[in-house]
Amino acid sequence: MSALKLAVPRGALFGGTLDLLDAVGVDTAEMRGDSRSLIFQTSGLTVVTVRPSDVPTYVESGAADIGITGKDVLLEQADRAVFELLDLGFGRCRMVLAARTGNDRLAEAQRRLGMMRIATKYPRIAERYFESTGRRVELIEIKGSVELAPLIGLGDGIVDLVATGRTLEENELEVREEIVECTARFVANRVAHKLRAAEIDDLTAKLREASRR
Amino acid sequence: MIHPIPPGTRDVLPDEMRELRKLKGALIEVFEARGFGEVSTPAIEYDEVMARGDGRAARSSYRFFDESGELLALRSDMTVPIARLVASRFVNSEPPYRLCYLASAYRAVRPQSGQMREFMQAGVELIGASAAEGTVEVIEVLEAALDAAGLDRAVIGLGDADLYGQLLEELGVEEGAREAVLANLAAHDLVALEQALVEAGIGAERAATCVQLTQLRGGKEVLERARGLGGEAVERAIARLSETYEELERRGAAERVQIDLGLLRDLGYYSGAILEVYDPALGHVLGGGGRYDGLMKRFGLDLSAAGFGLYLERVHTAQMEESRRGSEAS
Repeated sequence: MSALKLAVPRGALFGGTLDLLDAVGVDTAEMRGDSRSLIFQTSGLTVVTVRPSDVPTYVESGAADIGITGKDVLLEQADRAVFELLDLGFGRCRMVLAARTGNDRLAEAQRRLGMMRIATKYPRIAERYFESTGRRVELIEIKGSVELAPLIGLGDGIVDLVATGRTLEENELEVREEIVECTARFVANRVAHKLRAAEIDDLTAKLREASRR
Repeated sequence: MIHPIPPGTRDVLPDEMRELRKLKGALIEVFEARGFGEVSTPAIEYDEVMARGDGRAARSSYRFFDESGELLALRSDMTVPIARLVASRFVNSEPPYRLCYLASAYRAVRPQSGQMREFMQAGVELIGASAAEGTVEVIEVLEAALDAAGLDRAVIGLGDADLYGQLLEELGVEEGAREAVLANLAAHDLVALEQALVEAGIGAERAATCVQLTQLRGGKEVLERARGLGGEAVERAIARLSETYEELERRGAAERVQIDLGLLRDLGYYSGAILEVYDPALGHVLGGGGRYDGLMKRFGLDLSAAGFGLYLERVHTAQMEESRRGSEAS
């Protein structure tokens, strides 16, 4: 049988993911090097490195059997049918509603217009959150640095992921509401989970053990 | 000049049509040879009929009014129309009834490969045959259908639709909380599942045991392992599953069946055995089915029933992937 294909997120979760793979005995030396390669054969796995937000796409289609990505990505792409097997515990951060420090534009917009304008990279998480709290918002979807938006008048606030809060602070923004806490998750394709059960269970058990250390 | 068609629908051109026709022919031949007569029902039903199947998950996504103001629905599957047909057309003949179909159904899914809003299903319904025996017969037909399609690596998952409802009741989880737990199980979000179980107040240890239970899948040995995780509901599910599995073994039909305690189909009308079909060449489920005694009751017939439906386009895709694999290997 061919090797299990694991989709690994480049970016903020990359380091934590490699450390975890090391801990379960997967050799990551080549991935840590400055190789331009995107596919690696290592320790009985085929590892592909992709954008975090592409992990659910690869795994849902079965192009990758298993993957690691952030809960923020999974929540934003909730319609992707992947099995979520494990909370890996690292990459902890919070999805928050933030606005300019000491400024009441957010409340004022809500009070006088009945509607807030929110810039975000996570329109679906934001939409669900405001809907569940019974508030009307206009969502402005942004691809780049969201924290810039309220500073120059694009929106009254932002919904974004914060780890340390330093970026917010540097841009004179503060957390107003916490939406959800996110960590890295281990996911599987639903067919692979059934047909490669023993291998996936074995890796899941090792990852569980390593991530609780 | 491009004249658009609605998202999730498609035209089929001669090359593909030729292959699909061959596949359809092979499947119908298997069904008919085993005594399942083909039926056809209208693509539009009264909404009230489709809603009897399942108020939620499989509710038709496309509804509209006719000229006299009646609410109509495009069928979202074939099982519900066939239950209706049997209840109204077969009352005077002796069960069991063996019927098969090859027809389009409609769901508002996000269009992507192997998942269209208009899709073909090929399947059988066996109505009025007792529990284990009926399930086994349906599985045998399914195996023959997969063989006829050339998918000899395909695997059939066999689970129990009642297990978790009964288990949660036994654990004293309140009805409101049960919903959330089952939704997470159906989506197979184990992190949220464990959290929902803890929030339902059954304690961290029991919650972890329940999650473990959902991960048991494989041969007969998983029933032993399930027994170790305990409880009366589990015991009853094991009894039902082993009865079916042992009958499959007796008939030499158990080889490609995988017992799976994590199966939970999202159509609300299943009870008892449930089935799912996979092929290693495809990342999507090929089809599924199971027992639906409760559905017949909703149409006024006290008959046990079982069936399966295969997504024809996905079976076709799997055929192509398997043949690619074959030619790469040689």
